[in-house]
Amino acid sequence: MGRITLQGIGKIFGHDPARAMDLMAQGKSKAEIAALCGAVVGLRDVAVEVPEGEILVLMGLSGSGKSTLLRCMNRLVEPSCGRIVVDGTDVTALSRRDLLAFRQKMFGMVFQHFALLPNRTILGNVGFGLEIKKVPAAQARERAMRAIELVGLKGWEAKYPNELSGGMQQRAGLARALAADAEILLMDEAFSALDPLIRRDMQAELRELQKTLKKTIVFVSHDLDEAIALGGRIVLMKDGEVVQAGRPEEIVAAPATEYVARFVAHIDRVAVLRAGQVADGTAPVLSPTQTAAEARAVLAGRGGEAWLVAGPDDRFAGRLPAVRLAAARPDETLASLLDRDPGTVEAGAGLAGLLGRVAAEGVLAVVDTEGRLVGSLTSRDVVLALSARPGAGGSVPGGHEAAISSEPAGAERWTGQSPNSPSTRSATRASIGSPTMAAG
Amino acid sequence: MAVPPWIVIAVAALATWKIGGRRVGLLTLFGLLFLWNLRLWQATVETLVLVILATAAALVIGIPVGIWFALSRRAWRIFSPVLDMMQTLPSFVYLIPALPFFGLGAVSACFATIVFSVPPVIRLTALGIRNVPAELVEASDAFGGSSAQKLFKVQLPLALPTIMAGVNQTMMLALSMVVIAAMIGAGGLGRVVWQSIQRLEAGAGFEAGIGIVILAVILDRATQALAARARPHGTA
Repeated sequence: MGRITLQGIGKIFGHDPARAMDLMAQGKSKAEIAALCGAVVGLRDVAVEVPEGEILVLMGLSGSGKSTLLRCMNRLVEPSCGRIVVDGTDVTALSRRDLLAFRQKMFGMVFQHFALLPNRTILGNVGFGLEIKKVPAAQARERAMRAIELVGLKGWEAKYPNELSGGMQQRAGLARALAADAEILLMDEAFSALDPLIRRDMQAELRELQKTLKKTIVFVSHDLDEAIALGGRIVLMKDGEVVQAGRPEEIVAAPATEYVARFVAHIDRVAVLRAGQVADGTAPVLSPTQTAAEARAVLAGRGGEAWLVAGPDDRFAGRLPAVRLAAARPDETLASLLDRDPGTVEAGAGLAGLLGRVAAEGVLAVVDTEGRLVGSLTSRDVVLALSARPGAGGSVPGGHEAAISSEPAGAERWTGQSPNSPSTRSATRASIGSPTMAAG
Repeated sequence: MAVPPWIVIAVAALATWKIGGRRVGLLTLFGLLFLWNLRLWQATVETLVLVILATAAALVIGIPVGIWFALSRRAWRIFSPVLDMMQTLPSFVYLIPALPFFGLGAVSACFATIVFSVPPVIRLTALGIRNVPAELVEASDAFGGSSAQKLFKVQLPLALPTIMAGVNQTMMLALSMVVIAAMIGAGGLGRVVWQSIQRLEAGAGFEAGIGIVILAVILDRATQALAARARPHGTA
């Protein structure tokens, strides 16, 4: 429950939407349309799919249309064109009355400035959605209390919003959205008004909650760090259009446009990149059946601490330290020379957690979930990946890119590793017409 | 008067004590006792009844109209100048149209008073509702609240302090008008003032004048206390 599909959503603000729609269909730009008929294009042909149980972050600067898009989903903003389908229900076709009932059933919303009623206690605020639904008072109270406990506000339910700190108020805001038991949470810059430390706590907590709640969450943010911390897919918007969509590591590794590149320029790449993206797929790979002499011939002139050995169909066999190869008799097979410690890393593992191992072990073997070798990971690869600045000419070396894109299943595997669960596997594929990821 | 004055005074003092605290309660007690002592009790009660009736009628008309003005931008644009005119016309001009319809007496006085005192409550009701933060209104929409739920659960409760300020102003205007309405036959303290002007009895006029002031202060303090209670928790 909670799958959202947006197709061709457009929104025109201004007097003459019909004319602006015509101009938009002719492919005129936002500025041209504004000049010709004075209408402002808020959204333009946006197609987004939010798989159920997943967090989707709508990102962009102010004026990019991200909040408008969010409000189109429950029709707080009426889209000028396009279709919204939630769990098979065509939301765009609902009558006003059905729309209200649908909002009560499906949507919870969390606001930037909390939007708590100052004349009600926290309990009264959290129960607001239930009151609207006309849930009997005793039951509403019980459900509100459960939501209050869930967000860690137990003991504060009798207080008024102005007696709570910003972070606690937003917890109450979240509890209000959860109490109504809606399938979908719409969060509009929900943590932007909080100070940085509290914000990080709330992000972590939302992620933690999401593990058990499995709601569909659409989160609007202007902060890429936040988007990454929440761990969902990202839709980057500019001037009412989707510029790029994908997982954070995909966007950071291969920004689709100059705009996206600027957006991700200052991002902490270690936190985002994954071993599979950084691994060097061009490094020589030895076969366990080769003899030491054969191996020395292959490696002639190459330096390195260790070599990776993989059997047929790329199955990783082990690591061969350079010193042992040098000391080996020429007719010894490599299989007998391998390290005891396999030194493998899953392709989906975050780079941040690997830095220590890379430094200590020199060479790590990056393998996929089936144990096939993706490439080698050395401190040199890490430094290269971190130094890569989009648009700075060098970017990520072509070989590395090739290592990823030559494995079409790669993207899927990474998702499997991500905190929000197996249900995302097929989802990622079916999602948004991913703008070219191979732009690197 | 069927009810003895001391019972009325005691009840009024207790009620204002409850609403506005000890000071307002004591003010009411001694103020009313003083008026009784001045032999102005009958006139005071007449004025009070007129003011309360006119205010009640003004609220019954004014609050719904104010809500309408708040929700309809168009209505506000069209009728806002009318409100301006109602408030700028000299107060006794209202006495003229009342006369041919209702003749001399309390009914005309009441009618003129209502017309004169209704604009503040309309204006402040509309203002209060418009000033409810957009995010709160949106929250009601987002959770699927109907227009009525939005009005009664969000807009009116949050506008209440402003509306109460309007009630206070309306009541003050009603009091001032009831005094002037003595010219067309309204009873009460106004008539005492009006008569003493005609008979050049400065002393009697002064006494009634003080009576009006005392009544005004009591009503003002009581309604202000009501307005303060309507304010949300913690916002002074």
